[in-house]
Amino acid sequence: MAKALSKPPEEQGDATETEFNLVGKPFRRVDGRAKVTGQTRFADDVHFPRTVYVKLVRSTVPHARIRDIDLSAALAMDGVLGTLVGAEMPDSFGIMPVSEDEHALAIDTVRFVGDSVAAVAAVTEDIAHAAALAVKVEYEPLPTIASVAEALATPEPQIHDYADEGNIHKKVSLKFGEVEAGFEEADLILEDNFFYEGSNHLALEQHSSVAVAEDDDRVTVYSSTQCPHYVHRALTKTLGIPSSRIRVIACSNGGAFGGKSDPFNHEAVVAKLALKLGRPVKITLTREEVFYCHRGRHPVQMNLKTGFRQDGTMASQHLRTTLDGGAFGSYGVASTFYTGALQTTTYKLPNYWFESARAFTNKPPCGPKRGHGTPQPRFAYEVQLDKAAHELGIDPAELRLRNLVEPNTITANWLRIGTIGLKECIDAVVKGSGWKARYGKLPEGRGLGIACSAYMTGAGLPIYWNHMPQSGVQIKLDRSGNVAVFCGETEIGQGSDSVLAVVVAEVLGIDIRDIRLCVGDTDLTPVDLGSYSSRVTLMVGQAAKQAAERARDKISNAVSEHMEVPAESLVFTGGRVFPAHDPDKGIAFNEAVIIAESRFGTLGTTGSYIPPRSPGRFRGAGVGPSPTYSYSAAVLEVEVDPKTGLYDVDKVWIAHDIGRALNPVLALGQIEGSVYMGLGEAMMEEQAFRRLPKHLSSSLVHKFPSMLEYKSPGFHDMPEMTCYMIETDDERGPYGAKEAGQGPLLPITPALANAIFDAVGVRVDQVPIHPDLVLKGLHAQATGHEARVGPAEFPDIDFGEPLIVHTPEQGGDGRAANDPKAKRKSLRSSSGTMKERDEALKEHSSATLTTD
Amino acid sequence: MPAEKRIKGDGSGIPDGMTGAVLKVNGDDYPVVFPTNHTLLEVLREECKLTGTKHGCELGECGACAVLVDGQPVLSCLQITTDVVGKSIETVEGLQHGNDLHPLQETFADLGAAQCGYCTPGILMVAEALLEKEADPDDEQITAALSGNICRCTGYNRIVEAVKWAAAKKRGDDWRPDEELFMGTEIPK
Repeated sequence: MAKALSKPPEEQGDATETEFNLVGKPFRRVDGRAKVTGQTRFADDVHFPRTVYVKLVRSTVPHARIRDIDLSAALAMDGVLGTLVGAEMPDSFGIMPVSEDEHALAIDTVRFVGDSVAAVAAVTEDIAHAAALAVKVEYEPLPTIASVAEALATPEPQIHDYADEGNIHKKVSLKFGEVEAGFEEADLILEDNFFYEGSNHLALEQHSSVAVAEDDDRVTVYSSTQCPHYVHRALTKTLGIPSSRIRVIACSNGGAFGGKSDPFNHEAVVAKLALKLGRPVKITLTREEVFYCHRGRHPVQMNLKTGFRQDGTMASQHLRTTLDGGAFGSYGVASTFYTGALQTTTYKLPNYWFESARAFTNKPPCGPKRGHGTPQPRFAYEVQLDKAAHELGIDPAELRLRNLVEPNTITANWLRIGTIGLKECIDAVVKGSGWKARYGKLPEGRGLGIACSAYMTGAGLPIYWNHMPQSGVQIKLDRSGNVAVFCGETEIGQGSDSVLAVVVAEVLGIDIRDIRLCVGDTDLTPVDLGSYSSRVTLMVGQAAKQAAERARDKISNAVSEHMEVPAESLVFTGGRVFPAHDPDKGIAFNEAVIIAESRFGTLGTTGSYIPPRSPGRFRGAGVGPSPTYSYSAAVLEVEVDPKTGLYDVDKVWIAHDIGRALNPVLALGQIEGSVYMGLGEAMMEEQAFRRLPKHLSSSLVHKFPSMLEYKSPGFHDMPEMTCYMIETDDERGPYGAKEAGQGPLLPITPALANAIFDAVGVRVDQVPIHPDLVLKGLHAQATGHEARVGPAEFPDIDFGEPLIVHTPEQGGDGRAANDPKAKRKSLRSSSGTMKERDEALKEHSSATLTTD
Repeated sequence: MPAEKRIKGDGSGIPDGMTGAVLKVNGDDYPVVFPTNHTLLEVLREECKLTGTKHGCELGECGACAVLVDGQPVLSCLQITTDVVGKSIETVEGLQHGNDLHPLQETFADLGAAQCGYCTPGILMVAEALLEKEADPDDEQITAALSGNICRCTGYNRIVEAVKWAAAKKRGDDWRPDEELFMGTEIPK
């Protein structure tokens, strides 16, 4: 299957003209056999002799001071080996340096039903469970804050005292360009309120962690985490032992979708108990507990006001959002910025004002879920574009084409756009769906809807401020011909192991089975920040490519001396190394390694990756930049029953600008999986809460913390899908690749709302779009009212003075014109390579951290 | 001496609330002692150390724990273990033939019908039961058979195609899924 290269890879020039060894060909994922034989080891599959099992005592009240924790009955039970309370681990942690507001176990205050109060360890899980129930906790209730509205109305008591004000965790106001003047120039101004309900990741694997103490102060934690590096940092804080003595091993995740990207309190609890008891300690959450860990999609209210010109182009936009954050910071500050940051990346928006507020509430914390903070405003934007198209008499697909962002430009909010294949995406779904002949012309009850989106290929900045690589790879080669690749990346099902292996195999021209991977181990592998923000293919891929190219160069040098041919003439392919002009003179790859090992001694190379520097310099500019953006367009076809509001999604056409598909069969899986998860949110999924009746305490509880009632789509809910992959060959990605795992989720919810409008003329401005909402709209339509269902208003919030940032078009410099706070000095590279980064460091160029 | 006797027998020392038994899993005997109220899922994972069978919901909703008991799909998280003593239990670990993958395992791996792989063991076992009954199932039969299984990664369609592909392989038919499932649909001109 390998084909000869005409010249060595470094001379290949335009990648589209070259034959690759493996890139672009569908092949079985490297962990495929393990996944279908039951051999993949997930965290709960890790077993050690003498393991002790832990259960957490969880709060039964939404908001209270802890008066007393009585452990005596639990400790008296046979088989109970120990307990833990918050006071024993007083140091706080949290994923974002600006909101380290979590503890291993609650100290003084519980903040939601399900918050962790104490831990009990026993010889069996059954005993631990019984002992946890025997722990008596006395609470002194505090007022419950159940929603953004209640948070606004109830500044005291504060859920956290570090909030921007009262129970408003974070407020943002960023104004780019001449927003008011833009509206004056507009021929049509639309202002709409939208609501996007929260939802859970519902990864099929429940979180699990196992800790093994090796010494008085050395501990290894196996965990279901997307980000072993961040868990490592959190354990360093909470355990109070040096990070060099803590080892975190990320097991393969049984799905994650963002739900395993925070460091979790249970990880700290098992590590501490392992050190305390000297035995392996395990915790595996129940499904109910996963709903309490949450970190899922924020419920977001939106008010979107956009000014359109007669030709459909946009003059100005003002977006206001609120996020119901739950009880902890989590990624929430980033989520807050993300509800506005990517609004400029698809369509030209010369003037843009974004305001947002995230509230603390007494509910499980929200955080990042596939698309992190962007599906909500994307829903609002794409539905409003559909409305504008109808007002202006322009076809909705055509309206989008008229507004496309140009490649290699900088947006009004200072994001650098790379390649953009959105036009090709729109063309593909328009042609594929027969849009022009069918849109607006289908029989009553049947409709088509279109929507588009963009997403990051990796967050430009790390979560905590530093100048180190965001991804690192080490390669070890020896005379066996086997190539061992070490990288901190984490396989969560998305195929990151396969990306790592294919890039190395491509460069060295070897069979993928000659590669052994060691991943996600903070002791043994170089740091990779984790499987979040769609960063792995690009960042791990680039680091792997660099490490592999360095290995290839070393081998080339030795072989060229040996064969007396120029190093540049050597070709690596098909498990052989040979001069391009004389393939018969070649040698097997392992023989080439022997020559190199003889010449240079033990062989090893490294590669690292840092994203290019973003031009934005204002506070908040750190959320949104990415080496490059992926683009998607979707058309959905629905059939609505006008009598009941019940509907079926019959067909989805999705086109995704993936840059290049490194392994098409895996890339398609990411696209289809995104569409599926988007449909789940569009049609049914909701992490919702209710108050218990008065005689049962009126407590605020999860509406249905079980898989029985938390509805997600099954086999029978899936429409037919047609997937087009658009390859734009972006120079910032490895072999031109961009992300595929998140972006294609984004257009699905608005495309459904738009299709329902085409089918029956009802606007549903909120998700999930339950059939009863459609029916309500149909009823309004039949009785002569506006056929719209959705929020009537947006809360009255003072977002504070906006930061004024002049746009590139206005001749701005990327800084805020009116920032009262002193800028934080720092050093960023101007490019992805270490050399250029070093130069940038020498120049002492400065940038501003995003989230303070 | 039968294995049962070695464990239980008279004066075996097994305390109240515990059961000693021999489970027949994938053709092998597993002498085990377990809390009598433990489900088959718990005993398979904890006593037999057969961790290929997964848990996702604890209440029979997700299908990750599906195994075959005398050839019939059973949700092992709802199955009291004592009721399956003496029956033939099959789990994902027993699906391959020697070192060769079962056709379902091959097609799931090659078509991307397994992503994270957590729901996969349960789906494979239910699909295997279907293929034993129906050599050439259509989409509707596959969807109906698998309607008790949840997969959060794939979007399901690939799983249906992988089952059809495996059925074809099992029949010795050279049918395979459309090329667009491997390479994407050709961009319309």
